[in-house]
Amino acid sequence: MHPAFSVIFLTTLIGAGQGLFLALVTGQSYAAVGLVNVTNPNEFYTYGSIVAILFLIAGLGASFFHLGRPERAWRSAARWRTSWLSREVIVLPIFMSMVFAYGLLHYFNWDPNILGAEQPLQGQLSLFIGIIGAVVCFALFLSTGMIYACMKFLQEWYTPLTVINYTLLGSASGFMLATLHAAIYEPGLTSLYGVWATIITLVALLTRLASLYRNARIKYKSSMQSAIGVRHNNIDQKAMGMMGGSFNTREFFHGASPFWFRSIRWTFLIMTFPVPLAFLWAGLETGIQVFLLLAFISQYLGLIAERWFFFAQANHPQNIYYQAI
Amino acid sequence: MTQLALVIDLNVCVGCHACVTSCKQWNTSGPAGFMSDDNPYDKDPNGTFFNRVQSFEIGEFPKTEMVHFPKSCLHCEDPPCVPVCPTGASYKREEDGIVLVDYDKCIGCKYCSWACPYGARELDEHQKVMKKCTLCVDRIYDETLPEAERKPACVLACPTSARLFGDVHDPDSQVSTAIREEGGYALMPEWGTKPANHYLPRRKQHIKIHEDELIRADNPLKKEGVKPRTIIDEPTLDDITSW
Repeated sequence: MHPAFSVIFLTTLIGAGQGLFLALVTGQSYAAVGLVNVTNPNEFYTYGSIVAILFLIAGLGASFFHLGRPERAWRSAARWRTSWLSREVIVLPIFMSMVFAYGLLHYFNWDPNILGAEQPLQGQLSLFIGIIGAVVCFALFLSTGMIYACMKFLQEWYTPLTVINYTLLGSASGFMLATLHAAIYEPGLTSLYGVWATIITLVALLTRLASLYRNARIKYKSSMQSAIGVRHNNIDQKAMGMMGGSFNTREFFHGASPFWFRSIRWTFLIMTFPVPLAFLWAGLETGIQVFLLLAFISQYLGLIAERWFFFAQANHPQNIYYQAI
Repeated sequence: MTQLALVIDLNVCVGCHACVTSCKQWNTSGPAGFMSDDNPYDKDPNGTFFNRVQSFEIGEFPKTEMVHFPKSCLHCEDPPCVPVCPTGASYKREEDGIVLVDYDKCIGCKYCSWACPYGARELDEHQKVMKKCTLCVDRIYDETLPEAERKPACVLACPTSARLFGDVHDPDSQVSTAIREEGGYALMPEWGTKPANHYLPRRKQHIKIHEDELIRADNPLKKEGVKPRTIIDEPTLDDITSW
């Protein structure tokens, strides 16, 4: 497939925003049961929600560049019964409004104890909204991943690993961002987020390697023989029906040289996993916030490469029909 | 239930591209708007087509054979492109099984083209909506046309009658008979899309002739051996009889 930067930015940006929101709710859950002490909850959660929303808006904005007719985008909520894309279109604004509500509750410090008692949980309403938001967040990860994982003939994508990787990689970058956010507004939580960012990044490395391993061993179901229905081992395309290229040759081939393709794989493997972990370690050890910023930036750049590779690696069966001009 | 479809006979297709040009001519002139055609006679020609003819060389030289392969939307009975459409612009008609795109609802997200294993859909570069073969839906029901012309443009244009059009769910139709009797097959059956369009394979026109069919076992000439000669001395029948 030809990697579209609109979709690359959409999935990576909302992934980071979702992960950041998950991190905020994680922090609040820890604080609610007294595992950590948040000294300045107002600022920390409000600013965190604003940053998460900015990432989500940026991702949503990027997605419009993917559409040929963006003015009709509202129509895309129609077929949620069958289409994962439609489900994502519905869940994304719901999630954004949840993050907005979460931030608003914290900004106005409007946090009644809806369960009726002050103990054992503090901040019950915002925690409640946060937990519902986290559920919606996972629904959004599921929708985004299933857009790709539901297409059975794109065999590289047709695996639960697609959804798992979208979830873990998004969460990893979000927790990485949360570490930086905590270092600025709530230094007490920095190590909590740092540890979680490390754990999620390492698990994501395992699942991403698993999908690379799986995809390197795919047995393609379609062949030239099944594509044109001629049972002969020696089929050689002589003409694809046009000489100037078409949508079929532009949309489904990544067009990169084998060397470039391989280097992107190594780039994302290095930039997404070891480099940010090293920066994160340095940041946590020294307490210098620039290291934490570099950790997030390097991982985000790595994720852009990762997403590029994710698309480029998918081999569409229609390419069989376009082997030679 | 009706399922209109094309049956394409690869045995007679000569790869002349008449179906491609007639399809483009009919569909670019229709009420659904033009089909992009940039630099048609220039460098880097680029345009939207519903139908393409591809050519494949089968076998090893010198024992090769060219197969010309017209490829358009197969109007699958279980089309994977339809459920993925977020707006419902892509749909399959109940009454005749044609898969269509509502150009007024399409947002141009290209998701349906990803979901089609055959690459039958093309995004129009100017209208920015997804386009595909309509089986000339604006033509086959047009009662102002003579009945013989109520067929897709490609079918009418084919000089070798390699393209048949009809209802594949009607067991007595021309297309069903052709599929049944001449080995019609579907493309990429492994994905379970159940394409309505079928292809008829290359068929060798051999006649099986057995030895004993060349030499008649009951040949009277052979049975009598050498033909009896006429004896010249003896009178002929004419000599001994008189009328």
